[in-house]
Formats: sequence, C-alpha cells, structure tokens
Amino acid sequence: MSLESLLAINGLQVVIKNFPYLLEGAVLTLKITVLSVIFGMILGLIAGLFKLAKNRVLFFIATAYIDFFRGTPLFVQILLLYFGILPLIINTDNPFVAAVIACSLNCGAYTAEIVRAGIQAVDRGQMEAARSLGMNTRQAMTHVILPQAYKIVIPPLLNEFIAVLKDTSLVAVISAEELTMRGKLLYSTYFEAAWIWGTVAVIYFIMTKLLAILGDFIERRMATE
Amino acid sequence: MIQVIDLHKSFGKLEVLKGVNCRIAPREVVCVIGPSGSGKSTLLRCVNQLEQANKGQIFIDGEEITSPKTDINKIRQQVGMVFQLFNLFPHKTTLENITLAPVKIKGLSREEADQVANELLRKVGLTDKSNVYPSQLSGGQKQRVAIARALAMRPKVMLFDEPTSALDPEMVGEVLEVMKDLAHEGMTMMVVTHEMGFAREVGHRVLFMDEGIIMEEGTPAQIFDNPHNARTQSFLSKVI
Ligand SMILES: Nc1ncnc2c1ncn2[C@@H]1O[C@H](COP(=O)(O)OP(=O)(O)OP(=O)(O)O)[C@@H](O)[C@H]1O
Ligand SMILES: [Mg+2]
Repeated sequence: MSLESLLAINGLQVVIKNFPYLLEGAVLTLKITVLSVIFGMILGLIAGLFKLAKNRVLFFIATAYIDFFRGTPLFVQILLLYFGILPLIINTDNPFVAAVIACSLNCGAYTAEIVRAGIQAVDRGQMEAARSLGMNTRQAMTHVILPQAYKIVIPPLLNEFIAVLKDTSLVAVISAEELTMRGKLLYSTYFEAAWIWGTVAVIYFIMTKLLAILGDFIERRMATE
Repeated sequence: MIQVIDLHKSFGKLEVLKGVNCRIAPREVVCVIGPSGSGKSTLLRCVNQLEQANKGQIFIDGEEITSPKTDINKIRQQVGMVFQLFNLFPHKTTLENITLAPVKIKGLSREEADQVANELLRKVGLTDKSNVYPSQLSGGQKQRVAIARALAMRPKVMLFDEPTSALDPEMVGEVLEVMKDLAHEGMTMMVVTHEMGFAREVGHRVLFMDEGIIMEEGTPAQIFDNPHNARTQSFLSKVI
C-alpha cells in the first residue's frame, strides 16, 4: 500500500486531524488522576491509621468509609455524587470537580487498605521495642513503623495509581471532557469506531506504561537504598 | 525497686500468671528460670506494661505502674527492655538505633546523643560498627546494640527476655559478658534465661517459675545445689 493510499483512509485522517483534541483529553485525564491520587493518599493514610486505632469511633468511621467505596461500583459513586450529593452540598455542576472528588474518595478507600496492610506487615516487635523505650504510639508510628511500612506499600500503591488512571474513563458519564469523553464526541461526529477507540486505547496504554516504568524505577532505587 | 503483688494475667481462657509475688531490690540481679510456657516472658512484659495484668499490682521505685493514672511512657523510659529477637530498627544505623529515643523523647541534641551512644558502643565493644545497618551485624552484635539502645535512656532497671537464646552458641559469651559488666556496675536487672551458668555466677537470686507462679526462690546456691521443690528438681535435672 502506498503512503498516498494509506493517507486516503478516512479513519486515519480523522484521527490525525483530531489528535491534539484527544491529547487535550489525555491531559485532563492526567489532571484528574494526579489530583485524585494526591487526595486519595492523604485520605487513605488517615483512614488506614483510623482503621488500626483503638478508638471505636475512628475505627467505625474508617470502616464505613472503606467498605462503602470498595463495595460499590465507581460508576455508581460518580453518578451519586454528581447528580445526587454535590448539588445539595456545594451547588456545583462542574464535572471536573465531581470527577476529582469521586475518584479521590474511591482511591482513598483502596489506599487505606494498602496502608493498613503495610503497617500490619511491619513486625510486631518493632512497635514493642519503640514503646519499651518510652515512645508514645504517635512517636513510634512516625519514627519506627511508617518508615518501614512505606517501603512495603510502594508497589501496591503504584498499581493503585495505574488503576485510578484507567478508572477515570468512567467520569465520561458526567461529561467531563477527559480522554474517553473526547473519544465519544469524536465518534458521534465521524463514526470511525475502530480508528477512534483504537487511538484512545493506545494513548491510555502509553500513559499506564509510562507510570509502570516510573514505578519500576522507584522500586529499583529503593531496593538499592 | 520492683515489687509485684498477686499478679494475674489471662489470654482469653488461658490463665498464664496465677498470682505472682516478687520483689527486686536496687542493684540486685534476679534470674528467672522455668519451663517453656510457664509465664516468664509474660511476667517480664507485664513489668513494662507491654501486657496489662488482669489483677494485682506492680510498683517500680514506689510508683504503682498498674494504676491507670500512671504515665506509662514516663515509666518505660526508666525500664530498659532487651528482647530475644533484638528488635533493632532495620532502617536505622547502629548509632541511630541508639540515639533515636534520647533525641525524640528526652530532647537531647544530636551531639549529646551521639556522645552518649559512642560511649555505650565502646562499652559493648562495637565502636567500629556505628554507621552500619542491623542487617550487616551478627546476632551477638545485634543484641549488644540492643542493650546499648536500652541503656541510652539511662534506665534504673533492665529487663532481659532470653537475650541469648536466639544466638549461635559462639556468640552467647559476648552478650553475657556485657550483661555481667552491667551487673557489676550495679544495674538492677531481671533476666529470664536458660543460661544456668550465668544465673549461678552473676545472679543474686533465682526465681523458678512454673504453671504461672513462682514455685521456688533463693540464692543460686540454694536453687541449683539444694532445690526443695520437686518441680524445681525435675526441671534442673533436665536442663543441667
Ligand atoms: N499474646 C498472647 N496471646 C495468647 N497467648 C499467649 C500470648 N502470649 C503468651 N501466651 C501464652 O501464655 C503462655 C505463657 O507464655 P510465656 O511466653 O510467658 O512463657 P515463657 O515462660 O516465656 O516460655 P518460653 O520459655 O517458651 O519463652 C504460653 O502458653 C503462651 O502460649
Ligand atoms: Mg518467653
């Protein structure tokens, strides 16, 4: 096939012409992902620590939060937040805000479980040694347990971040113009399903692959530390 | 220095301590011996409140540590503990293991804490290992660092829970040597051990524990050469 006949393919033309349009969507996908991961980590650390707290109220709050967001589909959480809850409390119809809130809450619940498991994977003797020296629980956590737990949680956390990136495609349902929504819009104009969705998939794949490579790099650097 | 009165401790339905009474005088070295599962570790762990007793009282230096009003973190700073499995902090160097608590809890400056740590490292014979991580130390070296770490808080009492039983035989001596020095300096010590030689040579008094109580106590000579209790006799005949 000659280059000319290749370029004559309608689907390819559509994809080339609209590539910047799709990339803009990918940038929004990344924005939602990065913000959700940052908020999710903060939420997850707090909820994970609450889950290990002796205090019954904190434990109950953390458990309810984690169980709800892990036990219901993200798709439903997005719909519930955008159409049901956010209009009541902050009176916004901004899909970007709703997308970040929903993905953050969801990511936080999974991160909490990773944090909890990481802390519990640190040998019990470490806490006992720290306490026997006179440290209170908070001091033992900050100086002894968390610095060891963090190495354990890095690999599963990186997996979670990749999952978040892929899951942000669900926010297309509230018309946040991230990559998937842009794909949908293009499709409804040009009907070149294979070309458009194929390109969208490749862009997602490149983003997750880059994240995975970054993750490997971090893991390898930690191993040599 | 330490006084334990009618101490009871259960784990669920299993009653491990069934009314333990003992006193340890200042500068005294007391060795606790007894069969596996008799409650030796549990007793020691109650003394620094890693386990909470169900009933009974413990006093350290006249202060009741079993009272809910006591600030247990303050008490623990005065009670050093050495564990069977060392429990060194693997992410910290030898020096940092020793200085962590003095800096974070007592508020010592880095320099002051380093000075204390180096002094202690000299004492346990590990000056050349100060910048090494625990994974690069032998078992005997780890345990000596653990002892230095506990001493860095300047405790009034040291508790040892089978400090040499996880060690290869050729490393037992170096740890016992450090403990012996400590005893000679007048440290009050409570030592759970299977090292009968150490108990006989260094211990002022020996407590024989079995079935959750102290079955017999006396000087090493009384316990090892002339035990009265039939259980003590049978235990000693098995271990010596
Ligand atoms: N946290 C715990 N939960 C449940 N049971 C426990 C716990 N700690 C100890 N036990 C039980 O209490 C009993 C006494 O344990 P302890 O460790 O005090 O014995 P020990 O005299 O130190 O024995 P050893 O010489 O083997 O160290 C054992 O039967 C043990 O299984
Ligand atoms: Mg024991």
